[in-house]
Amino acid sequence: MGDVSIFLQHLTNGISLGSLYALIAIGYTMVYGILRLINFAHGDIFMLGVYLTYYGVVYTALPWWLVFLLAPVLTGLIGILLERVAYKPLRGSARITILISAIGASFLLQNLGIVIFGGRPRAFPVPQMLNRVIRLGGVSINIVTFIIPAVTILLLIALTYFTTRTKTGLAMRALSKDYETASLMGIDINKIISITFFMGSFLAAIGGILWGSRYPQLMPLMGSMPGLKSFIAAVVGGIGNITGAVMGGFILGLGEIMLVAFLPRLSGYRDAFAFVLLIIILLVKPSGLMGDKVTEKV
Amino acid sequence: MREKSKTHVTLIILALTILGLFLANRFLDAYQVRIINLSGIYVTLGLSMNLINGMTGMFSLGHAGFMAIGAYTVGILTMPVSMKEMNFFMQPIVPFLAQVEWGFLPALFAAGLIAAFFGVLIGAPVLRLTDDYLAIATLGFAEIIRVVFTNTQSLTNGALGLKGIPNYTNTWWSWGVALITIWFISFLMKGTYGKAFLAIREDEVAARAMGISLFKHKVMSFAFGCFFAGVAGGLMAALLGTIDPNMFRITLTFNILLIVVLGGLGKIGGTVISAVIVTVMMEALRFLDESIDLGFVQLKGIPGMRMVVFSIILIFAVIVREKGLLKRAKGRELTYVKN
Repeated sequence: MGDVSIFLQHLTNGISLGSLYALIAIGYTMVYGILRLINFAHGDIFMLGVYLTYYGVVYTALPWWLVFLLAPVLTGLIGILLERVAYKPLRGSARITILISAIGASFLLQNLGIVIFGGRPRAFPVPQMLNRVIRLGGVSINIVTFIIPAVTILLLIALTYFTTRTKTGLAMRALSKDYETASLMGIDINKIISITFFMGSFLAAIGGILWGSRYPQLMPLMGSMPGLKSFIAAVVGGIGNITGAVMGGFILGLGEIMLVAFLPRLSGYRDAFAFVLLIIILLVKPSGLMGDKVTEKV
Repeated sequence: MREKSKTHVTLIILALTILGLFLANRFLDAYQVRIINLSGIYVTLGLSMNLINGMTGMFSLGHAGFMAIGAYTVGILTMPVSMKEMNFFMQPIVPFLAQVEWGFLPALFAAGLIAAFFGVLIGAPVLRLTDDYLAIATLGFAEIIRVVFTNTQSLTNGALGLKGIPNYTNTWWSWGVALITIWFISFLMKGTYGKAFLAIREDEVAARAMGISLFKHKVMSFAFGCFFAGVAGGLMAALLGTIDPNMFRITLTFNILLIVVLGGLGKIGGTVISAVIVTVMMEALRFLDESIDLGFVQLKGIPGMRMVVFSIILIFAVIVREKGLLKRAKGRELTYVKN
């Protein structure tokens, strides 16, 4: 009995961590699908989302649920701004150049975070409603652990609807299939790219809020590790594929938690797990679990 | 005739460098000498990364990891036996390294060779990936190396790091290695191997069609780059005297990347100049982090401001470069295959 309940506890923890990775990974995968760009700054956008929420809740009189909605919107706008400043001037140039610009942008956001928010860790104001522990068959679990996967699944359904049933979503998919042809078909590329960045950043901020409710310690550099791992999740699932990104997120989250739970001797290597997984996937199946096979044209 | 006058220029520059180093050692204070040392090390680092990224066109972000290997090799090999016992108080060092105390030169060589060995080990499987994937895979390896070094208590002393590494590095060592690197890479790029590297950078498919072995040349370029990264890491360890795994984060790789981008991908002279400028600027910009007292007005320093300015320069450098403001009218500008 004890073993089963402990296993269930690890399982729920893994699923909730996996959902967080999944939410951030979606942003990577959407941007990559259209621009073929690893948005290195995505993890730092996630960090901005958490800090904006923190300031909204602590320093304004707004109710927390309104802040939880407004902060992601604001983060989305910052995402659009980021694309305009750091990536748009380089559109069409070599990929290595844009990648360097992305690294610069990530660096900039991290250090702006240190300058503006200060290097001291802060405590995320978790609303009372979300911060409750319930007992379930001998296991005590924080209610956030359940809310996180639920929110993720809801957002995933909404996103799937958006990409498959709306005109903008269709344009987005067309653009990721064939950039040039799609632009000839009268699709407003700038608008679609902005929308993509908005949605990716919005989801990252939601992920950030949930992350903050689960691990309530905020630091300006908090985005870099989750950002890298979520990118790995996106690659594992097949980059460019939203369902794949979510799947990759779950594999990574569960794998990490289970590694620490069942092989405690290796718990120091927790951060290396994701990278080892990445390299194995890249060597065995570079297109990822659900990605399309890319053939190189000469 | 042209070849001859080129040799003269090289000799003059060499003589001036030696004279400069001599004067610097005589007249500058310890802090300034330290910056000169760092510049030399960053010249080596910038060139070794440029060999991989700029000249062979592989986007590798693993430099910090290979530097860590080099730094730890030199640290462990040169540290006096008594110092080792003091360092490893949590867990004794593995027996076969406990009594080792090497000179600096063999230790530096070992640092380079071990880094190159790991470079080949890692490079052989992952170098067939292309740009973004290669970048993220090499970055992953650098992170794995850091995590492993944090956890191997009896080999690297884990998160505590190594203290009391003998300070062998002086301006002759740092700039001597830098000059050897400059010479070696120019030499390499003049020969067939260099031509093959450039061909791979310009067009992999065409290069393969010309009978160039992609695997062999890519691994070779990567191994040379890792060798010099390891040596530079060793110099860094002997300059600072203290190392720990957290020094070798991705940030370090990005600093070197900035040097490479500013100096020009694939350019040797540009990299040398930008390495010196960036190193000096990193120190000069320190005033942004500290409080300034101008007598009549006091500016409060903001920690982190230096890196903000730094990253803005990086983004601008990339954008401006791409827009062509810095392109020289004469000389071959690099073009990448668009995809």
